[in-house]
Amino acid sequence: MELSVFGVESLTLMVVALLTGAFLVFAALLIARLISPRSFSVKKAEPYECGIPTRGESMLQFKVGYYLFAILFLIFDVETVFLFPWAVICKSLGTSGLLAVAVFLVILILGLAYAWRKGVLKWQ
Amino acid sequence: MFNFGLVTEWIDNWLESLMPQWAATTVECLLIGLALILAYSLLALFYILYERKLCAWFQCRLGPDRVGYWGLLQVFADMFKILIKELISLKGTDRFLFALAPYLVIIASMLVFSNLPWGNGLQIVDFNIGVFFMIAASSIGVLGVLLAGWSSNNKYTLIGAMRSGAQMISYELSVGLSIMTIVLLAGTMSVSELVAAQADGWFIFKGHIPALIAFIVYLIAATAETNRGPFDLPEAEHELTAGYHTEYSGIHFGFFYLAEYLNLFIVSGIASLMFLGGWMPLHIPGWEGFNAVMDFIPSIVWFLGKAFFISFVIIWFKWTFPRVRIDQMLALEWKYLMPIGLFNIILMAIVVTCGLHF
Repeated sequence: MELSVFGVESLTLMVVALLTGAFLVFAALLIARLISPRSFSVKKAEPYECGIPTRGESMLQFKVGYYLFAILFLIFDVETVFLFPWAVICKSLGTSGLLAVAVFLVILILGLAYAWRKGVLKWQ
Repeated sequence: MFNFGLVTEWIDNWLESLMPQWAATTVECLLIGLALILAYSLLALFYILYERKLCAWFQCRLGPDRVGYWGLLQVFADMFKILIKELISLKGTDRFLFALAPYLVIIASMLVFSNLPWGNGLQIVDFNIGVFFMIAASSIGVLGVLLAGWSSNNKYTLIGAMRSGAQMISYELSVGLSIMTIVLLAGTMSVSELVAAQADGWFIFKGHIPALIAFIVYLIAATAETNRGPFDLPEAEHELTAGYHTEYSGIHFGFFYLAEYLNLFIVSGIASLMFLGGWMPLHIPGWEGFNAVMDFIPSIVWFLGKAFFISFVIIWFKWTFPRVRIDQMLALEWKYLMPIGLFNIILMAIVVTCGLHF
């Protein structure tokens, strides 16, 4: 692992950044709980929707369109993971590497074209 | 150029002369944490004022100008006010997820924030896969947004969170693809090496056409990923009250607000790192005198200047374009930016393989 500021390992500093973020939220919440007022009323605990009482469950099923885009996202995100290592050493791979990746990309673009043709990309 | 690494090395040596190794490392970690919190909150405060002033000027208004000279203390007053607001606990929320969501949003932006190169030797985390780590860490933020909307027990927040999630994951692909174009050109993913590789010219100039396309695609995708500008439909006030953070009150809401502004800085910082040379001054090969003059400007001024400029452009978008509908937004990403990004990668690969870049 490379050494960064102060000669500490980058991995340690990443954990420090993570803990700092958690501490920031925790400390600010603590201060807010100490100095903010507290009151209770039944009406205040209602969801902020329209002024009339909310009907039924709110954690319910939602439109399937979002799910389709999430599935498509998954395919192309994994593709990004595959392509990044190639991107780093592209210069030394030369033409053969370029051709191999071009085939891979064309297959992916065909996948996108198929989804497009099937009407997945159309919001309805 | 002044190397800030000398300062940290001096502090390191001084601490180690005072105490044993493990204690020195602990103190250094605490110092870094303190610096992170300070930089994070001060930048967020600066950005709130920056945006309010710019919005005001775009609309021929004055903006905040009562609290402090030229309204400079307005943001501090706002922060204090948000801190003394009541934290309302609601009926029927999923308490654990409701409390967890702000942690995820803040931690995600803090992890990316610690990777940015602030100046010569002023970078906290420097992985050899730095850029990839940034993309990975920033996608944790989507999870926080989705949890916030789902756990609030409100239909508007659920719709807002779903829209926001769909938007953020979709545009993340374009961000990843345009960053990959530059990784192709540079041949490295380490942030410090990326900056060092731009000493003789920024990547936007070195990679001519593909780099320029990647820059434009990145700017559009970054605007959408931070839920800003014409793409702020997760928070469309007239239809969804306030989107996924409707039910959050007081400082709980403040965290989402803070993370939103910090994300604006982070995307601008990544744009300046990938395309405009990070903290590297403007160097033109052959113009020795010009380069020497440019070297006199401190590196931190270069980095912040570029980041603030790109933020200005992103805020400018907001006041230029009307808000898009969700089908238009998804069509823009999947039918235009995404194919453009994929073809741009092939173009850049051809440019790099044939050695056509500068």
